[in-house]
Amino acid sequence: MKIGVLALQGAFVEHRKKLEKLGVEVVEVRLPRDLEGLDGLIIPGGESTTIGKLATEYGLIEPLTAFARNKPVWGTCAGMIFMARDIGVRQPLLGLMDITVQRNAFGRQVDSFETELDIEGLNGGGPFPAIFIRAPRIADVDEEDVQVLARLEDGSAVAARQGHWLVTSFHPELSDDDRLHRYFISLINDQK
Amino acid sequence: MENGKENGQREVGGDKVKRGLAQMLKGGVIMDVVTPEQAMIAEEAGAVAVMALERVPADIRAHGGVARMSDPGLIREIMGSVTIPVMAKVRIGHFVEAQILEAIGVDYIDESEVLTPADEEHHINKHEFKIPFVCGCRNLGEALRRIGEGAAMIRTKGEAGTGDVVEAVRHARTVLGEIRRLQAMPDEELMTFAKSIGAPYSLVKETKELGRLPVVNFAAGGIATPADAALMMQIGVDGVFVGSGIFKSGDPASRGKAIVEATTHFRNADILAKVSENLGEPMVGRTAASLSEAEQLAVRGW
Repeated sequence: MKIGVLALQGAFVEHRKKLEKLGVEVVEVRLPRDLEGLDGLIIPGGESTTIGKLATEYGLIEPLTAFARNKPVWGTCAGMIFMARDIGVRQPLLGLMDITVQRNAFGRQVDSFETELDIEGLNGGGPFPAIFIRAPRIADVDEEDVQVLARLEDGSAVAARQGHWLVTSFHPELSDDDRLHRYFISLINDQK
Repeated sequence: MENGKENGQREVGGDKVKRGLAQMLKGGVIMDVVTPEQAMIAEEAGAVAVMALERVPADIRAHGGVARMSDPGLIREIMGSVTIPVMAKVRIGHFVEAQILEAIGVDYIDESEVLTPADEEHHINKHEFKIPFVCGCRNLGEALRRIGEGAAMIRTKGEAGTGDVVEAVRHARTVLGEIRRLQAMPDEELMTFAKSIGAPYSLVKETKELGRLPVVNFAAGGIATPADAALMMQIGVDGVFVGSGIFKSGDPASRGKAIVEATTHFRNADILAKVSENLGEPMVGRTAASLSEAEQLAVRGW
């Protein structure tokens, strides 16, 4: 299995390390040609404005959208913003998932937090240690097609799945728990 | 929030979120800006964060006098003008300036040698703050002392406001070279090594195990071209700060964008060649070697 990590900017090395520990071959994706032969793609956390601009400048928007049609894609934090259909402001997006995302929904860095989160679809192991950094939240979903996998105690949706696409507001690549990476690998296996 | 994160409670200001924001900035460019307009140009160019200042280092050098924390009103205006994180500088050891920046809610505090030090013996105890700090270093010992005080991100100092990359290279090579030497050392030598570089033993040990600093490490001080940024990335830093290099150049928007692209595609010489074309005048530089001892900023820090 070969998984790509979009490596324009952000915490791509952390995803890479997590996947390699699980025995997956990882490819850093910076240009459209890097997508060849991949079984899935992770779009990491970082600055969504920077990632969007670089993706546009280097002709990645179309190839990424085409790739995502049949292949699993997981966006964490900035990656979730990038995969959303609507974020309320103008910024380059892939517009894959039928969700509306609010950027910096919990405030600035001083409000960044860690919490324990129950996530649907993770088999056992208790709540997930979730790290939210200037994090976005899912403000609205198309409930027909999108399944919300986790909510904070205030009701904010922070993880969701639509078919073979996965998004999380938080950063599983920063915690010591690999269950979401394994979950994503299982999405790829289901798709094959 | 002292009770931790039981029962879905939110814990703010922990090391993971403080260091984590720096992890999200990796592979990116942090740009010095002095007005909201410049901040918007920086964001449009693809900066991952901006450093809000009253004067860029080149002007601090030119004007002389005491350089202090910027006007909180200006910092607030810059915070209001962009969606990317905003950093601001405090003087070394000036923990009240840091309290003020925490109160207005900047995203990162730079305890910076570019400002005139407020304390010539002690740095700020950064563990006391919920806001993360970035600090400068010239070598591994200095980096680990700052991390020991609670810095959540490190930048090699270089020589700010010169447009001369030589000191940035020297400091990055020094830190990375010392880490490579450390990795080859048997464990029984670590305590004496820790003593010789003036660093906490536990952090020396952790650095050896990780094979890198325990926090994100950017380069700073003298980066003025896309090639400079890619040079620092290839030497092995996680990202770059560009101070005077962008807004003291002839065409800040184009140069900023080119440096961002060079930092992403730092190993792709074809792209580096393309983005380096037609950028107009770079900042007027000053060789670091021509600075008198009193003019050197990198020596500030203890």
